[in-house]
Amino acid sequence: MTVLAQGVEGSNPLLNIGIFATFVIITLAIVIRVSRRATAGASDFYTAGAAFSGRQNGIAISGDYLSAASFLGIAGAIAINGYDGFLYSVGFLVAWLVALLLVAELLRNTGKYTMGDVLAFRMRQRPVRAAAATSTLAVSFFYLLAQMAGAGGLIALLLNITNKTGQAVVIAIVGAVMIAYVLIGGMRGTTWVQIIKAVLLIAGAAVMTVWVLGSYGFNFSALLGDAVAKGGEAGQALLNPGKLYGKTGLSQIDFLSLAIALVLGTAGLPHILMRFYTVPTAKEARKSVVWAIWLIGGFYLFTLVLGFGAGAFVGPDAIKKAPGGANSAAPLLAYELGGTLLLGIIAAVAFATILAVVAGLTITASASFAHDIYANVIKRGKLADPDAEVKVARITAVVIGIVAIFGGILANGQNIAFLVALAFAVAASANLPTILYSLFWKRFNTTGALWSIYGGLGITVLLIVFSPVVSGKAIDTVTGRSPSMLQGVDFHLFPLDNPGIVSIPLSFLLGYLGTIWSRERASAGKYAEMEVRSLTGVGAEQASSH
Amino acid sequence: MSITEPSPPTEEVRDWEAVQASPEFQDLRHRLRSFVFPVAGLFLSWYALYVLLATYATGFMSIKLFGNVNVALVFGLLQFVSTFAITAWYVHFADRRLDPLAASLRDELEKDPT
Repeated sequence: MTVLAQGVEGSNPLLNIGIFATFVIITLAIVIRVSRRATAGASDFYTAGAAFSGRQNGIAISGDYLSAASFLGIAGAIAINGYDGFLYSVGFLVAWLVALLLVAELLRNTGKYTMGDVLAFRMRQRPVRAAAATSTLAVSFFYLLAQMAGAGGLIALLLNITNKTGQAVVIAIVGAVMIAYVLIGGMRGTTWVQIIKAVLLIAGAAVMTVWVLGSYGFNFSALLGDAVAKGGEAGQALLNPGKLYGKTGLSQIDFLSLAIALVLGTAGLPHILMRFYTVPTAKEARKSVVWAIWLIGGFYLFTLVLGFGAGAFVGPDAIKKAPGGANSAAPLLAYELGGTLLLGIIAAVAFATILAVVAGLTITASASFAHDIYANVIKRGKLADPDAEVKVARITAVVIGIVAIFGGILANGQNIAFLVALAFAVAASANLPTILYSLFWKRFNTTGALWSIYGGLGITVLLIVFSPVVSGKAIDTVTGRSPSMLQGVDFHLFPLDNPGIVSIPLSFLLGYLGTIWSRERASAGKYAEMEVRSLTGVGAEQASSH
Repeated sequence: MSITEPSPPTEEVRDWEAVQASPEFQDLRHRLRSFVFPVAGLFLSWYALYVLLATYATGFMSIKLFGNVNVALVFGLLQFVSTFAITAWYVHFADRRLDPLAASLRDELEKDPT
């Protein structure tokens, strides 16, 4: 275990901090600059006045979506588990077709700021908004905690800060910078941070990809051959599916469950949905998704090369032994290729990634609380002072930022990687069925919406709590610890790590049953209005010029 | 305009059900639904096939095609290709078949506030 107490070999913490500090200073300067153009009011704070172009928003979406987990995590998973790591990328990418075909444009035309807007269009405002905000806050909280806890591991890995107090200080700094972005820049500033980060991340990955392929004369098969050779006895299995998930019948079903949640979760992630409101028209929303699909798809192709590249240059055993384990694959590869400087740049990009993603989550959660809960549930849509809502949103952002900092410090070192999968499962169970029914099914009503949101959220969280990720996995003989989050107890009742295969169909069923069993009649007039607005954009497109 | 009201007050009186029932709108609705639902079914089935093969047909997926490139890798890359292709296909379709109709309906509705 002593090896964990060292940073990555060849890492120069001062250089890493210097490059990261430069990123923070430049982005803060840009955030301050663009915020001067901002006007007061909710529309500017939540959606930058819907004034971004499709291309800008598409790049920002990639910045919001490509978290540290997809960069460091997937590259590491491919380096160690080979093909099974690549399966993640495929699910993460294909998921965007759900957003493109079924959600993005119609959502843009029927809402203004939050997911709650769309659901409340033809339902009873207060209960539906409260439900939408509950699930938005839950997804944001799980995702945020996963990102902040990941920051702790990254600090140990890249800055060589090994004591918990030092790591806590860095987590607090990351949180404080994030709060500053959101407070000063609102959605406009946050979007620019995401754009800059996306460009750096994708460009960095592209350079490393060309570098790796170039050293094999652009022969991918030769690269695979080296990754296999470096993998030793287990090497050949790297190229075939099943190394990670194929062990037992149960782990195979677990993988299917994960695959369903990945492909259906993306179009229900609240911080992604909110990005569709930052463009003026449905056509621009479509362009955003198209840009996002090309960039995200390209990026995942790069990670395929980087993952096998790390396997070939560094080797799975060296990666597993390095601090941070699988997450260190990409940084170690950067060091092998470009020495301390490239490692420093990749380290800074990884930090920038965490920063941009948590800023996007924070503004989404604060918008949902201020717009859905405060303005519409508590004040019943009758706010005397329109600035009061933005004020509440700002206060909420600070509170969420502080919760994220303390959550990140407490969760630091805990095994909570399952939180990202949980966020996707909740998004696919609680949000997606409700959105799809709301947009496409005339009879869908308030009862159905409440059943699918609360039912989906409740079932998913319960299944996770009583799953092996929380308690009851057999103790690993190497580390002497159980891979479950809690040690020494076993109250697991559900056999799978991933709840999606049960929770997603059940949520669709609940939305259906709630609708047909309630005596409430959906308003045909409201559905007609919603359908006409969603397909034509009438009333939505000129709203941005008000 | 109050910040929590979703629609401008002048449009409250419109008979949305009449607009919805109009042949132009029904045409737009039919065009959209008869594209997105089948294509969604298609790509979800294609993805399901890939995931099921990667889970239960590992022998088939491990067959080497050339060099170290096996069926699984080609199948995975084909998921990327199909995603890019469906994206381009939908954009082409929406530009030609949806946008002109949606724009003319929108203009009509915005010109005539009742």
